[in-house]
Amino acid sequence: MGIKYWTDEWAKAVCRECNTSQAYKEAAKKWEGDMYFVTEPEGPVKERLVVYMDLWHGECRSACRITDESEKSPAYRLSAPYGVWKQILEKKLDAVQAMMTGRLNVKGDMAQIMGMPRAAIELTNCTLLIDTEFPD
Amino acid sequence: MWYFVSPEVVFGPDSAIRLSQLQGKSAFIVTDANIVKLGLVDLVKGLLSQAGIESTIFDGVEPDPSIETVRKGAALMSEYGPDWVVAVGGGSVMDAAKAMRVEYERPDMTIEEVFSWTSGLGLGAKSRLICIPTTSGTGAEATWMIVLSDTAERRKLGLGCRETIPDIAIVDPAFAMAMPPGLTAQTGMDVLTHAIEGFTSTWRNDISDGLCLRAIQLVFQYLPRACRDGQDMEAREKMHNAACIAGMGFGNSMPALAHAAGHSLGAVFHVPHGRAVGLFLPYSIEFIGEAHDELWAEIAHSIRLEMPKEAKAGPALARAIRGLASSIKEPLSIKEIGIPPDSFENSLEKLVDNAFADATLIMAARVPSTEEVEKLFRYAYDGTSIDF
Repeated sequence: MGIKYWTDEWAKAVCRECNTSQAYKEAAKKWEGDMYFVTEPEGPVKERLVVYMDLWHGECRSACRITDESEKSPAYRLSAPYGVWKQILEKKLDAVQAMMTGRLNVKGDMAQIMGMPRAAIELTNCTLLIDTEFPD
Repeated sequence: MWYFVSPEVVFGPDSAIRLSQLQGKSAFIVTDANIVKLGLVDLVKGLLSQAGIESTIFDGVEPDPSIETVRKGAALMSEYGPDWVVAVGGGSVMDAAKAMRVEYERPDMTIEEVFSWTSGLGLGAKSRLICIPTTSGTGAEATWMIVLSDTAERRKLGLGCRETIPDIAIVDPAFAMAMPPGLTAQTGMDVLTHAIEGFTSTWRNDISDGLCLRAIQLVFQYLPRACRDGQDMEAREKMHNAACIAGMGFGNSMPALAHAAGHSLGAVFHVPHGRAVGLFLPYSIEFIGEAHDELWAEIAHSIRLEMPKEAKAGPALARAIRGLASSIKEPLSIKEIGIPPDSFENSLEKLVDNAFADATLIMAARVPSTEEVEKLFRYAYDGTSIDF
């Protein structure tokens, strides 16, 4: 039995993986900035789903599901429809390529993202370790 | 979903005539002082004037251009208000021109804000961009990428997005005839690195693969000839085409590890781009190794590389590249470039940090850890084949 997609439990599981991954710790050692990961409604997802992660110097300090987006003001917002996130989580789509083709929308300090390309890869790798139960 | 972007490519002898067929009023020529001295800018001005286009020159682009140079050129471009921007030079000139044009068209933005996933710039409202390469290496005439130097931080910035691709590339071999053998060699290694990394990066695709393979073949066939005899018109033309073809290939599939390491070496020790990336090419092939066995074999087959039946194609290809580099007098190790051991050791942390922060690193089929990047630099310093 997997962990349900984009739930509080899922966010905390990703957070734990980040904190046990030496590769993530190394790749993101200079990373500063918390994030919203937003799933836009599509297919089986009927409402916006938002997960918050506080990522700081190779560590995930906290993570949770957010119900009120105004609750926090994260440094970054990554949003995409459900189908795009699913492809990324199934490793069928490269997250950076998704950004370049406009399917994954990013708001925040782009220079920091560009300066730590491997951090994005390792963060994605951490999500791949979760047995995600997709709504479809 | 993916894109293939390319300029209109006009190529072959006399292709500069395309300039005399343009429509417009004024052109801003971006170049460097050396290209002006060679008389190539006069040639361009003459062809533009045949089209009734007046022009002015900015010849202040330095190798590895800085953001400050871009700002200066963009300010002059804005004062002049051209409807054509014409870059005449090597990769530095073409990248600077791409960046200046962005700031000219979008004074509300700086070039540092333009990343690979930027969209909606709306370039073309004021001007169109023509690139005329005078070296056969960078392929910048056919890519959207813009590499600038952050002089304070001693690192290179990879900027640009699909919209910053030139509108027209004029690939006229006459513009590359003045290259001395050393420059021909190092820019030729740049072509080879673009083509091999474009063919093997994790973003490789069906559209770019054929271009990269053809460019690899052309380099192995014609680079030694172009280095031996700069007046060999056929070799010059083929290498000029190869550079553009490789640009179209890797520009749509991205370079990888040799570029991450080469950019870093270039930024810290001012090693010319082609020499730096070319030096790391065999080491990166060895490092990626088995992850790409089939692709190394495909390349080896395409260049008819002779090797024992049971031999692995990766190491054989790395040896063939070292053989080619050696034959055109390109260095095989960082030590051979003349960087003293103490300078290398003192800069090692910076070299590793830069490479690790380079966006191209993640396109490698095997992405190294920081420890592995450091080891790779040490092996490349000594000229030792990768065994880890």
